[in-house]
Amino acid sequence: MNIVVCLKQILDPLAPAREFRVDNEKKEAVRGAASLVTNIFCENAIETALQTKEKLGAAKITALTFGAADAEDSLRKALAMKADAATHVMNDGATNPDPLAVAQVLTAAIQKLGAFDLVLTGRESGDWGVGQTGALLAELLNTPYVGFVDSIESADGKLKLKRQTDNGFELVEATPPLVVSITNDEHNVPRIPKTRDVMMSVRTPITKFTLEDLGVDVATIRAGGDYYAVADLSIPVKDVQCEFVTGDSLEQKVEQLAQRILEVTRAL
Amino acid sequence: MNNVIICLFASAGFDRATQGVAGAGRRLADALGGQLHAIMLGAFTATDEAALAAIADHVSVATELADYQPETCLAALTQLCQPLAPRAVLLSNDTYSQELAPRLAFRLGGSAVADGVELISHSEHLQVKRAVYGGKAVATIALKRNPAVVWLRARAFEPAAPRDVTANVEPAALTLTTNSATRIVERKSESAGEARLEDAQIIVSGGRGLGGPEPFEDLKALAATINAQVAASRAACDAGWCPPTWQVGQTGKKVAPGLYLAVAISGASQHLAGMSDSKVVAAINTDADAPIFKHCRFGIVEDYKKVVPLLREKLAAARQ
Ligand SMILES: Cc1cc2nc3c(=O)[nH]c(=O)nc-3n(C[C@H](O)[C@H](O)[C@H](O)COP(=O)(O)OP(=O)(O)OC[C@H]3O[C@@H](n4cnc5c(N)ncnc54)[C@H](O)[C@@H]3O)c2cc1C
Repeated sequence: MNIVVCLKQILDPLAPAREFRVDNEKKEAVRGAASLVTNIFCENAIETALQTKEKLGAAKITALTFGAADAEDSLRKALAMKADAATHVMNDGATNPDPLAVAQVLTAAIQKLGAFDLVLTGRESGDWGVGQTGALLAELLNTPYVGFVDSIESADGKLKLKRQTDNGFELVEATPPLVVSITNDEHNVPRIPKTRDVMMSVRTPITKFTLEDLGVDVATIRAGGDYYAVADLSIPVKDVQCEFVTGDSLEQKVEQLAQRILEVTRAL
Repeated sequence: MNNVIICLFASAGFDRATQGVAGAGRRLADALGGQLHAIMLGAFTATDEAALAAIADHVSVATELADYQPETCLAALTQLCQPLAPRAVLLSNDTYSQELAPRLAFRLGGSAVADGVELISHSEHLQVKRAVYGGKAVATIALKRNPAVVWLRARAFEPAAPRDVTANVEPAALTLTTNSATRIVERKSESAGEARLEDAQIIVSGGRGLGGPEPFEDLKALAATINAQVAASRAACDAGWCPPTWQVGQTGKKVAPGLYLAVAISGASQHLAGMSDSKVVAAINTDADAPIFKHCRFGIVEDYKKVVPLLREKLAAARQ
């Protein structure tokens, strides 16, 4: 089974909110001191792929990214987690291409890599939170799509996907090829690579494609795509003054807390 | 060309979220000078149907689509939307709508946007406001294609007042194509009996600082004294202390109760993204500098282990 896992490198979403700034001109976040990390749901996707491979006994996992030069670090990390191969499509155009542009590039790269059974993406990214890459990939690759999956089993040539819903979960039977987006649960927390594997990953060759290699509409994609654009980006201001309950004893403080709570609940 | 379509899953009933979508659709159709078409997947009860017919100009009911199967439903919706040449197609923020929206946009030649909180219709293409960067920023997205297919943070939109006219309710004209490449074979609900978190008036929510699954039992007991529902941060869900359906935040439930009591939750922006619309936020946390307090009306800097049992007693006593 050939599994392609698409991943995205993003500004660390856990960087503190008080240090967060936006560039109104470029309409994106200012990097500042924040580090670059692999989007967590993409790491959940790698982890799910690895577990699927372990259950199947054999599979080839290829990590694929469309990103700037730095994004190679995300591929190295995937290799260190034990993905079998990695492909980097160099983004030398707009830093925040729209979701259709991204899906078009990934589709062309996947097709160039050859036959696939399963394409995994994260459900959304921790920066723009667009949440469309998987669904659009399915359309472009002409396969079915299942979203919010957290584990994959295999039985009689079919895949059994468990996916989260608003009030519980569903089991979905699927025949490959298909595209699946991955969400987190307690069982697909990304593994920590072994030091030895981290060192090995540095030496693993990475397949590199330019946009020209892929036969996509290079001019449109470099310009960011023709699906949508960011017209404005701003930081909302919300100023609430927290009143800390006071008192000489715990008893007094909790009594005050209870009174404040009751004031609110009684008015509802 | 200025028609607006709302796609509604009947299983939700005419709940607050559905009302929000209908309200957003009505106002957008009026602003564009178009008609509002409602496409129902499955059938509403007679009362719910009447409420919807008092808002939309046309209602078509696809009873065949009551059992959601992704490929079949997508093909059917494409078939139903296409002839109406809509400017916009609006959906709610349930799992199925999120799964369908980008693909529906693609098939209709349009652009999709997720989690819209405001629709702006004064230019040629629709613009949509949404939270980005884990709730640290708000972006206005300008769509470049028609139709705009938007799934909405449904409860952020006001319902519409019923009109004097009533739409005809008709069965949807549909040729179903089945695709057996995927099939939902089992559905499990983990919140049987309880009201939905999104509709809760009072929420008590627990985080990583609780340290394990047992303290959630204490939170449940506390919640029971004020008819609250229990929710959690992602850290608590990821640890397996509670089901993923309890998760509030950017990638969990979007809640807006009258009171949200955060217990041992730090207040990461991704958590705030799911609950900052709450009327009053309060917190119990040992760290006075925890970001959650920046969003609190009131709070207590103490160990939850000491506070929760005592608070439960006091709230229970007040109930008598
Ligand atoms: C893409 C992305 C999406 C995400 N989506 C979500 C989401 O939907 N929902 C979500 O919640 N998170 C989400 N997160 C994770 C988020 O960034 C935080 O990691 C998470 O919210 C932290 O959970 P927490 O506050 O419970 O834990 P922590 O941040 O570890 O906070 C624990 C708190 O407990 C306090 N504490 C410890 N002991 C005690 C005690 N004895 N008594 C009282 N207080 C105590 C501490 O002071 C601390 O403030 C997402 C992250 C990413 C990157």
